[in-house]
Amino acid sequence: MSAFLKKYEGLWLFLISPAAIIAAAVAALIVFGAVFASWIALVNPYDLASFSLFDGLLPPFWQEGANSKYLLGTDDQGRDMISSILYGARLSLIIGLSALAIAAVLGVGLGLAAGYYGGRFDVVVMRIADVQLALPAILTALLIDGIARGILPQAIQQELRVMVLTLAIALSLWVNFARTARASTFVEMNKEYVQAAIMMGQRPLRVMFVHILPNILGPLLVIMTVDLASAILLEATLSFLGIGLPADSPSLGTLIRIGMQFLLSGEWWILWIPTLVLVALVVSINILGDFLRDIFNPRLR
Amino acid sequence: MLKITGLTVKFPSRFGYFTAIENVDMSIKPGEIHGLVGESGAGKSTVGAAVIGLLQSPGYVASGTLLLGETDLQALTFTQAHEIRGARISMIFQDPQTSLNPLMTIEDQLIETIQAHSDISHTAALKQAVDLLEEIGIENASQRIKAYPHQFSGGMRQRVVIALAICTDPDLIIADEPTTALDVAVQSQVLNLIQRLAKQRQIAFMLITHDIGVIAQVADRVTVMRNGRVMEAGETAQVLGAPKNLYTRALMDAVPPLDRKIDRFRVLKDDRIASSRGRMAERWLLEGQQHDLTGLSVHNLTVTFEEPRRSLFCKPPIYVALNNVTLNIKPGSIMGLVGESGSGKSTLAKVITGLVTPQSGEMRLGGAVLPVGKSRNRHHLSRQLVQMIFQDPYSSLNSRHSVGDILTEPLWFYGFIKNPVERKNMAASMLSLVGMPPDAINKYPHQFSGGQRQRIAVARALLARPRFLICDEPTSALDVSIQAEILNLLKELQATFGLTILFISHNLAVVRQMADDTAVLRNGRVEEVNTTDAVYEAPQAEYTKSLLAQTPVMPPSWRT
Repeated sequence: MSAFLKKYEGLWLFLISPAAIIAAAVAALIVFGAVFASWIALVNPYDLASFSLFDGLLPPFWQEGANSKYLLGTDDQGRDMISSILYGARLSLIIGLSALAIAAVLGVGLGLAAGYYGGRFDVVVMRIADVQLALPAILTALLIDGIARGILPQAIQQELRVMVLTLAIALSLWVNFARTARASTFVEMNKEYVQAAIMMGQRPLRVMFVHILPNILGPLLVIMTVDLASAILLEATLSFLGIGLPADSPSLGTLIRIGMQFLLSGEWWILWIPTLVLVALVVSINILGDFLRDIFNPRLR
Repeated sequence: MLKITGLTVKFPSRFGYFTAIENVDMSIKPGEIHGLVGESGAGKSTVGAAVIGLLQSPGYVASGTLLLGETDLQALTFTQAHEIRGARISMIFQDPQTSLNPLMTIEDQLIETIQAHSDISHTAALKQAVDLLEEIGIENASQRIKAYPHQFSGGMRQRVVIALAICTDPDLIIADEPTTALDVAVQSQVLNLIQRLAKQRQIAFMLITHDIGVIAQVADRVTVMRNGRVMEAGETAQVLGAPKNLYTRALMDAVPPLDRKIDRFRVLKDDRIASSRGRMAERWLLEGQQHDLTGLSVHNLTVTFEEPRRSLFCKPPIYVALNNVTLNIKPGSIMGLVGESGSGKSTLAKVITGLVTPQSGEMRLGGAVLPVGKSRNRHHLSRQLVQMIFQDPYSSLNSRHSVGDILTEPLWFYGFIKNPVERKNMAASMLSLVGMPPDAINKYPHQFSGGQRQRIAVARALLARPRFLICDEPTSALDVSIQAEILNLLKELQATFGLTILFISHNLAVVRQMADDTAVLRNGRVEEVNTTDAVYEAPQAEYTKSLLAQTPVMPPSWRT
């Protein structure tokens, strides 16, 4: 038993932390619901035929006048809130994860190369990163959105909204990856196993990705979880402000924006329920991220 | 004065109790330098920490008594213990770099300590501090005292640490590896100072070290520890000169002598290449010797680095790491390269391997010109013929790759063996050749000790079928008994496969055991090159003479 615990000390730390367990459960629940949305959800919010205006503005089940079919009530169009949230969370997670993937590939690649080659290449990459940091994500999104509107034909613009949004979020997140990867690569470059690989005459790409990358993965994984939360929040912010997704393919942010109209009219659930789901998702991902950091950094234990 | 009886220290952990030291007895008289010697993990530092009451939490003294004079150190309250620390017991740490506060001047640090323990005025404390610095041999002390720690050299800094330790006139000083981070010249000065203080001020010293030479030179009495237990204790000459305990004897056998060359160290682990599993690798290495014996010569090599800019308006200053170095390493011989830190030893290794581009100069490997730095392309033959064994076996193996991946990489990379299964077999055979169990191949580097890792590093180098090996301080991170094993292994391999070796070390005794020829390097210049016997028996350069004179040695009569 003790040998097992020693080997999987991370698992042990996880099992004795109530916060980590709750966070994992909440995140798992939301992700599960999002992945299987088309099977679980009562109605398809994108399919106008699956819901009816007559069911509009029904309150959650504990309030008077509720329909037990719609546990958390419906919005003004008669869409089931649970279904909208599941589909919205799916879209939020897809955008968040793909933006994260693009940011990670771009950032880690550039950071590794900057740390490996150093010199002028390093200076150029890191100054670009500094400029990127000075631009708020919303500005980047507006910029890309504007360019997309300008160069893409009207017909496909709507379909490409998701991609434009993803790209905008990715562009504002890659800097974190690049900086961390570069700093860790600098440390590893001085280690003798890297010098041995260079001495052998191995290709720079192989040294970077086969030798250095596995050794700097720890901090990068931590950044990934933290940035996943930022990516989801960023998407929600952009959608809330109307730069992101349109109302007919709602993400969590769009749902919150729509809900704002009902804030003062008594139909509170249309705003509050998606907001709470978003908060729960982001907080639990952040807790899991902190937890990962503790595992990878023994000094904090 | 200090009397320890039956001291046992335990560390509770999630997996039960770990006993760091068990039943240790020791007594130190005033003015006595008591050596505490042992290899890593022996519990030497734990004894010191228990005496001064700074055991790392959650460790605690499980049983035993600690008496300083009449004071029972364990019966003290927290405040009393705090007063005794510094006033009656002081400590000197290994690294003078980190044991002084870099943001305070020496003056502030000394006066702070003096005033914390005696109620005197600032002026009186200052005078006392200046006197102290003069006593420990810092010239112009009244001026130098205003300086910050970084303005002193390593040796001077360690003197200041000693001044801090003695400024409260303690009865006992615990010195934990006080000279390990220092060059040999500075080490001998610091050791002389410790000896003088013990005699003049009647301070008792507990000298914790792994270096038997240091103990032999200064300690009156010695306690040998292993795995938390005392193996042997007594007068230094008696314990080290005529050891009774088996472990002490093995330890003494492993210490390389400075004054003669011994063929092979006597070690418990025998490394004759006899294991049948290793035969395959041995045959493979022997049949790969189409490149005969490969010597290396270096002509007028100069390497300079730019230092950080001091001002925006002038060019960064130039630091000369190697200055016109000429060396000729004969095919099939071992060239030893000795020098203090900063003498350019490792830079030379990096130039040969192509990691550093020299400013000028030429290299020849087996007669053919060896392209320097970046001009050597990735497929150049020398990348296979020249291999290197690094100092730190903890960072020279990629901790995320399995030993199998690490060892098969050269076989795959140089295209020696196409079949992955055969590659793995060859790697396993090579592991037996270097004295490792072949099942090590599925494990990861962190599952091995330093000595075992160094064997894996040797195996990796051999799997490239090298003709020229660079060993950069291959044993300085290892315990002395492990060092003896690795040196034996290297000698055995060199003799079997006719390798040419450049053996870099700061340890003169180790080089004496290994090298046919020896070059002495100082500040990037070659001071002396000759056969090893000539360099050690009849040194020509003044610098070599002083290096040899300052290296701690055991009296010849102690030969076992």
